[in-house]
Formats: sequence, C-alpha cells, structure tokens
Amino acid sequence: MSVLIQSIGRHTLSFVQELGRMGGFLLYSCYMIARRPGSPIHILKQIQFIGAKSLFVIFLTAAFTGMVLGLQGYYSLAKFGSEGMLGTAVALSLIRELGPVLSALMVTGRAGSAITAEIGIMRITEQIDALETMALDPFKYLITPKFVAAMLALPLLCAIFDVVGIYGGWLVGVKLLGVNPGAYFYEMEKSVVWRDVYSGMIKSFSFGMIVAWIGCYKGYFSGHGAEGVSRATTESVVLTSVLILVWDYFLTSILL
Amino acid sequence: MIKLTDVHKSFGAQKVLNGLNLEIPEGMITAIIGPSGEGKSVLLKHIIGLLQPDSGRIEVDGESILGLRRSQLNRIREKFGMLFQNAALFDSMNVFENVAFPLQEKTKLTRDEIHRRVLTALEDVGLKNVEDKFPDELSGGMKKRVGLARAVVLNPKIILFDEPTTGLDPVIKRAIHHLIRETHTKFGYTAVIVSHEIPEIFDIAQNVAMLYKGEILQHGTPDEIQASSHPVVRQFISGSLDGPIHLG
Repeated sequence: MSVLIQSIGRHTLSFVQELGRMGGFLLYSCYMIARRPGSPIHILKQIQFIGAKSLFVIFLTAAFTGMVLGLQGYYSLAKFGSEGMLGTAVALSLIRELGPVLSALMVTGRAGSAITAEIGIMRITEQIDALETMALDPFKYLITPKFVAAMLALPLLCAIFDVVGIYGGWLVGVKLLGVNPGAYFYEMEKSVVWRDVYSGMIKSFSFGMIVAWIGCYKGYFSGHGAEGVSRATTESVVLTSVLILVWDYFLTSILL
Repeated sequence: MIKLTDVHKSFGAQKVLNGLNLEIPEGMITAIIGPSGEGKSVLLKHIIGLLQPDSGRIEVDGESILGLRRSQLNRIREKFGMLFQNAALFDSMNVFENVAFPLQEKTKLTRDEIHRRVLTALEDVGLKNVEDKFPDELSGGMKKRVGLARAVVLNPKIILFDEPTTGLDPVIKRAIHHLIRETHTKFGYTAVIVSHEIPEIFDIAQNVAMLYKGEILQHGTPDEIQASSHPVVRQFISGSLDGPIHLG
C-alpha cells in the first residue's frame, strides 16, 4: 500500500515539476520576445518554414474540409428547406472553429514535430551547449524566432484555410448540388460578422504560441540519443494537439 | 587561474564529483586524465557553467561563477572557448558561417575583416577550400579542426578541450595535438584538455591531473605523473587489466 502511495506521490511531484518547468519556459520565452525577439532574417526564415512550407497541406485540407461541410450541410439543411443557408453554415463553421483548429493541427503535424526534432538534435549534439559557451542565449537564436514566426504565420494560414474552405463548400454546394450561387455568398455576407473573424484570428494566434511553446520545450528538454528525440517529437505532437483542442474550448467559451 | 574547491555533483543516486579540488594555472596546458565515465566532461561543463555543482566553489580569475545571473555568467564565459567532443558544429551552417558566427555575434568587425579572420583561423588549423562545406560533408578530424578554429577565432583567454582526439586515426591525432600546441604558443591561452590519449598527452601538457572516483587523485607535471607509484595512476598509464581500476 505504502509503495502505491509513494508511487502516486512521486508521479504527482514529477507532474507538478514538469508543469512548472513548462510554465517557466513559456514565461521566459515571452520575456525574451519582448526584449530581444531575434533578428528579422531568423524570423523570416522561420515564417517561411512554418508558414510558406505548410501552404500545400493547408490548401488540401481546407479544400476537402469545405467540400465535406458543403455536402453534409446541404443534406442537413435540405431537410428544413434551407439550402440557401449553406454559405452561412460553411463560413461560420470554418471561420469560428474549423479554420483555426484544423490549420493549427496541420501545422503541428508538419512544423511542430520538425521544431522539436531540430532543437532536440541540437541538444543531443551539444550545439545548444556550444551557443551557451559562446556567451549567447539559445532562446534568442532558437526559440524566440520560432515563437514570433508561429504567432504570425498561424493567423495567415488560418485566413487562407477559411477562404479555400469556403470555395470548397461553394464547389460542392453550388456547382455539384445546385445551390443558388447568389444565395450562397449573400447569406454568408449577411451572417458573418467582424467578431467571428477576429475571434478566429485570436484563436489562431494563441494556437501559434502553443505550437511553438510545446515544440520548442519538448526539443529543448529532450532525452538522450535518437530515442530521446523521437520520444520528444511524439510527445510534442500529441500534447500540442490536445492542448489546442482544450484551449479552443476555453477560448470559445470566452469569445462567444 | 581556475580554482575548484570541494566540488560535489550527483546525477540522481550516482555521485560523479566527490569533493573535487583542483587549481588550473594560467597560460599553461593542463590535461585531465582518468578512466571513462569518471566525470571528466562533467568537470569541464562545471568550469564553464553549463552544469552547476550541488555544493562547492568554482572560481575563474578569482571570481565565483556560481549563483550568477545569465548576463553575469555570460560576461565570464566571454573569456572561454570550447572544443566539444564531437565538435558541436552548427549543422545548418557551412564551415565559414560556423567560424564566423562568434565574430558576427560578439564583435563589431566589418564583413571584410570577419572574412579575413575566418580564413586565417581556418588556415591556422590547416584547412583550405572547405569554407562552403557543411559539417556532414567533413571527416571527424576536419570537424575537430573547424571546431578548434571556431574556439580560437575570438582569441579567448581559456580554451576547454573535451576529448579533442577521440575516435581519430593516429596521424590526425598527432596533427590535432600539434595544432593545440601551436595555437597555444601563438595565442598563449590557458588550455584544459580532457583526454584518454596516453602517453601522447604527456608531450603537450604542462600539468596533468588524474580524476578518479570523483576526486583528483594526483596532480603534477607529466614527469611526476608518469613516475607516480600510486597503483591507480600506474594501472591507468600502463593500461593494465590488473589493478584497482575495475571495468564497468
């Protein structure tokens, strides 16, 4: 019995320690962003890596998400004779929820895992130690540019996701199922308000921070050897995805 | 001068440094020798503040490096250069960028001046026409030489070498030792070399300290260490299987 209690205590303590370390990492990153966000070249390189190189996967997922929404939405709305509202249904689903969440999940899979692997390999090959021995702060060179880039790139990718998704819905709803094209866009324009757009952007911005935070943290404190980096990468993707969904719920309840 | 006093360090239940005392004199080459896994690299990382001891005192030029803020520690680290065991070159940068990096970040030199100094540093370590190559295109010996060029390019007062010749063939080993001696003569830095290379290390070091079971067992000139009658030192130098040092 005492062994069980000891084990629970040990795991609880290590969980609380991990939370504290993660919180400290985030706070120090924010402090460094405010103080020295990194050189514009480093940030642009990261925007290219996190943002521009994710465009294809964002286009693809956005198009098919919009098409599925168009298909499902059409048959659901047709039951009530409200096919004309398809544009509204597709746009609001995308702008408020699916755009920010799915684009963040796609970036997590593509760039978040790569961030963890890159920093993890730098850790195990002593490149981070080398920076420190040169009296240079690794956060300035490795961490803050990724934070800034992810927080800038995610809202842009989300905006692209929304637009592509809306046209995906239009393709299925209007071109394949015969919804009136005027109604599709007119109803959308009537019902989507500025608040929907900026709440989606706020979500994307914060998801960008989560992707960079967990990706960098897991890489920075990855274990030993290739196995340590591989474990860190898996943990990074899983934890980022879960945190995005949990944070999405809380943010939605605040922003609604 | 670097001074370590009663330094203790454990990783979990494993005690690595156990009341270690060591004085590293200025401007000389000091070699730290000892069996694998005895904490020689851990000792180097303590000297440059990459690891903090559980207790004890570490001073560099009379100034304690413990409990400092990052900016204060960085001020002391500016005295150091370090050559890592696997060179720790930045794999996203080519050779030129690797050596130029400290100059770009720590000095206000012009591009031309940086270019000139990088080429000189590479030439000093016997490398030519490799500036555009990336670390994964280099052999182990070349990586070490690039690492050495990066370590000396800022003209540091102290350079730490973590097993600079491990895994290299005898010719390259000799070349690296020769380079360390040459650059030391040229720049006059304090060198601390962690090494297993017996007896070669006795040719370049002016001081040798033997680390065993977390303590400095003996410290003296290469001749004194080689003449030691201590059974552990004798066994280590001779490489004998019989004696107080047990495998594993």
